[in-house]
Amino acid sequence: MSKPRRERRSVTAVEAVGPYVLIQVDRGGIDPGVPGQFFMLEAPGRVLPRPMSLCLAPRGELAFLLDPIGLGTRALAALERGDRLHVFGPLGNGFRLDVPRPLLVGGGIGIAPLPYLHQALDRPPAVLGFRSEHHAEAAVLVPNAEVVIDPVYVTEAIPHGRDVLACGPEPMLEAVRAIAPAAQLAWEAPMACGYGACYGCVVEIEGKLKRLCVEGPVLCFS
Amino acid sequence: MLLLNASGCLDALTAPDVASSFDVFVTKTVTPEPREGNPPIRIAETDAGMLNAIGLANPGRDFFIGQTLSRLVRTIDIPIWVSVGGFNARDYAETCEQLDGDAVAAIELNLSCPNVDEAPESAAEIVAACRSVTANPLYAKLSPHSWNLGETVRAVEAAGADGVSLVNTLRGMALDARLAPTLSRGAGGYSGPALKPVALAAVMAARRATQLPIVGMGGVQSGRDALELIACCATHVALGTVLFADPDASARVRAELIDECGRAGFERPDDAFGVALGIVARMAN
Repeated sequence: MSKPRRERRSVTAVEAVGPYVLIQVDRGGIDPGVPGQFFMLEAPGRVLPRPMSLCLAPRGELAFLLDPIGLGTRALAALERGDRLHVFGPLGNGFRLDVPRPLLVGGGIGIAPLPYLHQALDRPPAVLGFRSEHHAEAAVLVPNAEVVIDPVYVTEAIPHGRDVLACGPEPMLEAVRAIAPAAQLAWEAPMACGYGACYGCVVEIEGKLKRLCVEGPVLCFS
Repeated sequence: MLLLNASGCLDALTAPDVASSFDVFVTKTVTPEPREGNPPIRIAETDAGMLNAIGLANPGRDFFIGQTLSRLVRTIDIPIWVSVGGFNARDYAETCEQLDGDAVAAIELNLSCPNVDEAPESAAEIVAACRSVTANPLYAKLSPHSWNLGETVRAVEAAGADGVSLVNTLRGMALDARLAPTLSRGAGGYSGPALKPVALAAVMAARRATQLPIVGMGGVQSGRDALELIACCATHVALGTVLFADPDASARVRAELIDECGRAGFERPDDAFGVALGIVARMAN
């Protein structure tokens, strides 16, 4: 695994993708890591950085997709080309890529790690769920993905016999796990440090607490 | 002056390089029994700080002494202070007794965690119970909540403390969009930049009550913050919440501290020791 580095990098591009924002920074000496790993991004004016999985790794750059709904994500979305921010990563455990019949499943902003994963797995089939047509504009990041929009759920579009790799809101992950128990699932939790210092980022799964930054964020239960 | 990490803000086994950048590593609090900690959500950022309700997650005394401590000794090459917690004086004393040995440079008694139920005994009673069973240096980590901090400091000194650490977090709360507490436990420990003024006042109040070493902490983000704590009579300085945003904070703070000393007209950080208290004392006369 790549050793995480913390560097002050420059924003090279900021673009809207539906209601989401794709931020690109120059990569410097930071390794993009494997799909599903994440980076702590300094959020200007905030006390804590924000964990963001890598969305794409264009040559010499790192790209992150975020949903500007909170103070930190809005501060990040307000960055402009040339602004500088600390980037720390890659962190955590990503997806295992040694799966024979991969199917990517994403919900909402949970699609963030899937474009990079889609490239790494040589463009496997994908099912993406969104709450509106506007949100579904982000499906452009995963070419040829099947798109469902609320009230249709991604679980209605998952065929049997596939190796599911999923990221999305917790109810979606639980629903996916119910029909695909061996799925690799990328979870999310509020996180202060990203490197195992704070013990803040636990999620409770089957009565057990998992620290996402060191045990996850990608977890598999079988 | 030594630079330490604040207990609870660093795990030397997952981040040995970060731990090794300090003069002393302070462990997360060890309790008699293993504790999984509080359910999520455990942390919340606020405007000028953050709340945590980790709940003293730790593997328990037996595992810590049997396994963790020896791994720590093999992993990092700096003195180790063990933070000890409990739910009554006996809990604290039994852990201190079992921690006697070369691996432990000092024990910090966590007498002020806002995320667990408090022991029924006073801080001084707990210090006295521990003093009777260990020769290790004992630091009492105190809460800034008390309006009569000086009295508490005098009491823990009389009970045998070798130093005090302050401040621990303040109890605080954040509400989400639905006006429900963000943290599962409701309230949590408030830390980060907002705590610095509280820490400065607490350290100065403690110094007026004792000549023991004081580890000052609370909201230190920069070398300037560290220098201010020293000016308020902190003997040593600890970094906490800043480590979450900046794992390289110890090197940065050390470098900034040298610059800030020069800017304030001091050759070394220790030369600024007590400057603020001296001014307060002169104004009083």
